[in-house]
Amino acid sequence: MFDVVETPIDVSALAAAVGGPGSGGLVTFVGYVRDRSDDGLAVDGLHYEAHRELALAEMRAVGADALARYAVSRIAIVHRVGELAVGDAAVAIAVSAPHRAPAFDACEFAIDELKRRVPIWKKERYLSGDARWRENA
Amino acid sequence: MTVRVACFARIRELVGAAELERVAPPGSTAAACFAALAGDFPALAAFAGSTRFVRGGAFIDAATELHDGDELGLLPPYGGG
Repeated sequence: MFDVVETPIDVSALAAAVGGPGSGGLVTFVGYVRDRSDDGLAVDGLHYEAHRELALAEMRAVGADALARYAVSRIAIVHRVGELAVGDAAVAIAVSAPHRAPAFDACEFAIDELKRRVPIWKKERYLSGDARWRENA
Repeated sequence: MTVRVACFARIRELVGAAELERVAPPGSTAAACFAALAGDFPALAAFAGSTRFVRGGAFIDAATELHDGDELGLLPPYGGG
């Protein structure tokens, strides 16, 4: 399952989508909206937007790369767009595998690659009323 | 030739439009179209090296020549995750 959604992410559904009788390990990563920016400003919320068509294609490519690189069974990636509040889940990844180690590795690989490769943008809104586009390093 | 330019995120805000129609010399590259746009919107120049280009739903190199009627997508640096 690869998706860009405008509604809250259902992490349980994501895990269920990759799980199965062969899954001895299932790793999920969830990225949440934090109440502080990296430089310490009080965050009110985040605006995310995507180039939907390309974002989906790149998410699928990241998933395919993860499956090719690690001994994992299935992977699912969902990113939310729109206006998110502090505490909302912005991104979730679920990876299943016969054993846990490759599932952890593939999950970390997937979030790193997503941040690097998937055309999604983030604007931080602050309690001060200011807002800034924020780029991944 | 005429190129439709699709602007995303901060590029859209800097330009003030999600889509623009631009006239460019035939054979202009994606980079040349971006440079011409940055001539009208100088704040874009800061993203000359970090903007990714898209045509027809696929990434293209900065040196790719565009054709009349192409849609050129301008993707600023990503911030997902």
